[in-house]
Amino acid sequence: MKSIAVRALIVVVVLIAGVFCLLPTFVSSPLPGLSTILPGKIHLGLDLQGGMHLVLEVETNKAIENTADNLAEEIKDTLRTKKIGFTQVARTGNSSIEAVLPSNAQLSDFNEMMRRSFPMLTSTSQQASREGTKVLLTMSPQQRETLSTRAVQQAIETIRNRIDQFGVREPDIRLAGTDRIMIELPGVKDSQQAISLIGKTAVLEFKLEAQNVPQRQSEDHNLPPGVKLYPMRSSDSTAPETMVPLEDKTVLTGQNITDARVEIGGGSSSYGQATIALNFDRQGARMFERITGDNVGRKLAIVLDGVVYSDPVIKERIPDGRAVISGSYSDEEARVLAIALRTGRLPAPVKILEQSTVGPSLGHDSIQAGVLASAIGGLGIVLFMLVYYRVSGAVADMALVMNLIVILALMAGVGATLTLPGIAGIALTIGIAVDANVLIYERIREELRLGKTPRAAIDTGYERATITIMDANVTSAIAALVLYEFGTGAVKGFAVTLFFGLAANMFTAIFVTRVIFDYLLNERRVKELSI
Amino acid sequence: MQLIKPDINVNFVGWRNKAFLLSGTIILVGLITLFARGGLRMGVDFAGGMLIQVKLDKAPQSPELRQALSGIVSNAFIQQIGSESNHEYLIRTDTSHEELKSLYAEIGDALTKAYGPGQRVLRVEMVGPKVGHDLRQKALQAIFYAFLFIALYISWRFEPKVSSGLTMLLIVGIGIYALNGLDLNAEYLIGGALFITLALCWFLRLPYALGALLSLVHDILITVGIFALFNKEFTLEVFAALLTLSGYSLNDTIIVYDRIRENRNKDKKVNFGDMVNGAINQTLSRTVLTSMTVFFVILMLFLLGGTVIHDFCFAMLIGVITGSYSSVFVASPILIAYEDLRKKKVVAPGARRAETGSGSLKSGATTKRLGVKERESQPGRPAAGQANPAENASEQMGAEESSGDTAVKKPEVKAVRKSPKLKRQSSRPVGARKSGA
Repeated sequence: MKSIAVRALIVVVVLIAGVFCLLPTFVSSPLPGLSTILPGKIHLGLDLQGGMHLVLEVETNKAIENTADNLAEEIKDTLRTKKIGFTQVARTGNSSIEAVLPSNAQLSDFNEMMRRSFPMLTSTSQQASREGTKVLLTMSPQQRETLSTRAVQQAIETIRNRIDQFGVREPDIRLAGTDRIMIELPGVKDSQQAISLIGKTAVLEFKLEAQNVPQRQSEDHNLPPGVKLYPMRSSDSTAPETMVPLEDKTVLTGQNITDARVEIGGGSSSYGQATIALNFDRQGARMFERITGDNVGRKLAIVLDGVVYSDPVIKERIPDGRAVISGSYSDEEARVLAIALRTGRLPAPVKILEQSTVGPSLGHDSIQAGVLASAIGGLGIVLFMLVYYRVSGAVADMALVMNLIVILALMAGVGATLTLPGIAGIALTIGIAVDANVLIYERIREELRLGKTPRAAIDTGYERATITIMDANVTSAIAALVLYEFGTGAVKGFAVTLFFGLAANMFTAIFVTRVIFDYLLNERRVKELSI
Repeated sequence: MQLIKPDINVNFVGWRNKAFLLSGTIILVGLITLFARGGLRMGVDFAGGMLIQVKLDKAPQSPELRQALSGIVSNAFIQQIGSESNHEYLIRTDTSHEELKSLYAEIGDALTKAYGPGQRVLRVEMVGPKVGHDLRQKALQAIFYAFLFIALYISWRFEPKVSSGLTMLLIVGIGIYALNGLDLNAEYLIGGALFITLALCWFLRLPYALGALLSLVHDILITVGIFALFNKEFTLEVFAALLTLSGYSLNDTIIVYDRIRENRNKDKKVNFGDMVNGAINQTLSRTVLTSMTVFFVILMLFLLGGTVIHDFCFAMLIGVITGSYSSVFVASPILIAYEDLRKKKVVAPGARRAETGSGSLKSGATTKRLGVKERESQPGRPAAGQANPAENASEQMGAEESSGDTAVKKPEVKAVRKSPKLKRQSSRPVGARKSGA
C-alpha cells in the first residue's frame, strides 16, 4: 500500500496531463510555446464534420495486361535489332505472350535472346503449326503478384499526390486488404471533382491522325491496319459522339511530362479559355521536336484515357518541348486535369466499391444531438449517484468527470478519431463506469451491515470488487478490440472510445475514488461513511 | 437510499425451468420469423446498395421523390423520418454504382432540377455488392473470435485449468483450420466452430465458460430475433452494438459468477443450487442499479441522439435487458443444470458398474470416482439403499433415478445439489482466484 501522498500525486499528475492534452481541442486560439509539445485537436470523423469516404478497387489485372503488352512491344523491338524474324508477338490471355516465328531455324537464337533479355518470362510450350512455330511465354505467379502489389502501391502514391495538390486538409489514404484503397476526405466541398481527379487513370498519349481514311470507311468500321477510331471529347454532352481515326501507334506518352499547369489561353481559338500547358523532359522534348518536324501539316491528337481532347494541326517544328491542350473546360476542370497529368498516370484503372458522403449540416446536427443526449444521460447518472450514495456518490461523480477527461485526453494523445458512434461509446462508458462504483459501494454497504468499521468495510469492499471489475472489464475490452480489428470508420471510432473508456474506468473508478476515501478517513478522520 | 432490500432472497433458481421456457419461446419465435423472412433485412453496408438521406424544403408532390431520383435509383424504398413538417426522407435501394462519379453531387443536381434550389442532401452511402459480402463474412468471423477469446478468458479465470483452456484453443484452432479448408460460408464456419467450442466446454468440464457462452448466444439470438420480428435493418452499427452487448452481457454474468466463485470457496456445506441463488440475490442490487444507469443513458441516446445511431441504440436497449436477464436466469441456472446432467451421466454408469464390479471409469474425475468408490465399498446393492448413511443415500437415490426412470423428481434434485462438484472444489481450496491473480 503506497502512501496516500504518492497516490494523490499520481492522480493530480494524470489530471493535469489530461487537461493539457485537451487544451488544443477546447481553446481555439493557438497557444504560444505549447503547440510543439501538445497533441493536436481531437479528430472528428467524417460523420461529424462531413466529407467523403471512398473505397476503390485497383484493377490489378489491367496492370498485368499493360505490362504484358509492353513486354510484347519490347520483344518485338529486340527481335528487330537482333534480326530474328517473327510473324507475330502479342499478349494472349491475361499475362502470357504468344510469339510466332516463321520457322524453327532461329528458335535457339530466340530462346537465347529471351533468356538473356527477358528473364521474367518463361517459355512454357513450343509447338509447330501452319503459321510457323508458336512459343508461349508466361509470367510466374510470383511475378504477377509483384506486379499487382506494385500497381496498388503506385496507385496509392499517385492518388495521395493528387489529393495533396487538390488541397484537402488531413486526408487519409490507406491500403485496405490487398487491392483496395480506402480514402477519407474530410470536409471536401466539391465531391464530383474530387472523384474525377482520384479516379482519372490519366494515360496521356500523342497519336498522329490517320491519313487517307475516307469518312465513309470509318463509319463502316472497315479500317486499314494500324488505324483505330477514338471518341472525341465534346463539351456538350447532348451532342452525338464524333469519332476520329488515329494511327494506333503512340508516338509520345505522358511519362515524358515534367509539368502541367493551367494557363488562360491567348490564342485566337481559345482566347480567355483555360488551357493546359505541358512541359516535356529532355528526351520528350527531342522526340516531340522530331515528330512535329516530320509531320508538319498533319494533325497530332492528344488522347487522354482513350478520349481525344484536342487534335491541333502541326504548323511547324516545335523545339522547346512545350505543348498546349486546349478544349473547352471550366477552370476547375482544367485544374483537376493539370493535377492528374502532373502527378502521372495510375498504373491501372480503379473502380468505386464504396462511396459515402456526409453533408456538413448532418454532421453538425449529429454532434449537437449526440452531445445533448450524452449530456442528459450523464447528468441523470450524476444526479442518481448523488441521491443514492450521497457523499460517496459525489466521490464517484468526481471519478466520472475525471474519466471523461482521461478518455478525451487519450484520444487527443494518440490522434484517434471521434465519430458519432464514438460519442455513443463515451456515453455508454459513463453508464458502465458507475457500474464499478456501484459494485464497490454495494459491497461496502454489505460489509458495513456485517458490523465492520468504515475503514475495514472500505478495504474489503475495494479488495473484493477489484477482481470482479477486472474480469468484467476485460471481456468488454476483448469485444472492443475485436471490433476495432474488424471495423471500419465509424465503428472503429466506437471501439476506440469504448476501449479507452474501459481503461480510464479501471483507473478512475478504483484508484482515484480509493484515494479520496483514504483521504477522508485518514486525514479528515471521518467516522461515519455517507454511502 | 436503497431500492433493493439487502436481505432479499428471491428463489430465482427455482424459476429456471420457466425462464428456460420463456427464453426458448422467444428465441424460437425469432428464429421462425428469421427463416420465414429468409434472413435479416440487411442494411446497405452488408447487402450492398444505396442509402440516401435528404431534407427538402417542402413536401415533394410533383414530381414524386421517386421520379425525381429515377435516373439514379431504382426500386427505391422511401421513408419519411422525423416529424411530418421536417420533410426529411430516407431512400434505400439495392442498386449500386461503380462508375467514377459523385452520387452526392448527382443527387443534389437531380433534386435541384426537380424542386428548385434549397434542397439538402444529408448523406449518401453506396456500397458495392462485393464489399457487402466481404463485410458480412468478416462480421461473422469477428463475432466468432470475440466468442472464442471470451470463452478462453473465462475458462482461465474461473476454472483453474489452464491445460483445459489450452487444449480447447488447440482443438478449436485445428477445427477452424479444417473448416476453413472446406471453403464453407462463414455462416457454417461459425456454426461449426461454435459447436466445437461448446462441445469442448462440455467435455473439458468448463461449466462457467459453457454458461457464459450459452447466455451470450442467448442474448445475441434474442436481439437478432427481435430485429427480424420488427423487420428492422441490420447495419454495421447494429453489428457493433451486438459485439458491445456481448461484452456488456458478460460483464453482468461475470459479476454473478464471481460471487458464486467466492461463496463456493467460503462455505462448502451449502448445496450448490442454494449457493448460486444466494450469489444472484447478493448481487441483485448491483445488477438492477447498473442495468438502470446503462439503460437510461442508452434510452437518452435512442430518443435524442438522431437518426444515425437510432438502430444502434435500439439493439443496445434490447441487449441491456437480455444481458441482465440472462445473467440471472440463464447463465447461473446453466451451472446448476450442468451439475444435474453431469451427475446423472457420471453416476448412472458408475452405479451400473458397481453392480458388475468393474472399477475403472473412463470419463470420471478422481473425486467423482471417489464418490462412486465409496458406494462400491458399501455392502448393499443400489437397490438396498436404505442401509446407507444419509449422505450416500441421497446420492444413491440419484443414481437409481437416473439409471432407471426419472419419475420422481425431488430426490433427484437433492442428490444433485449435494454435488460431487463441491467435493472437487474442496480438493482445490485456493482455486480460481490464486490462478488468476
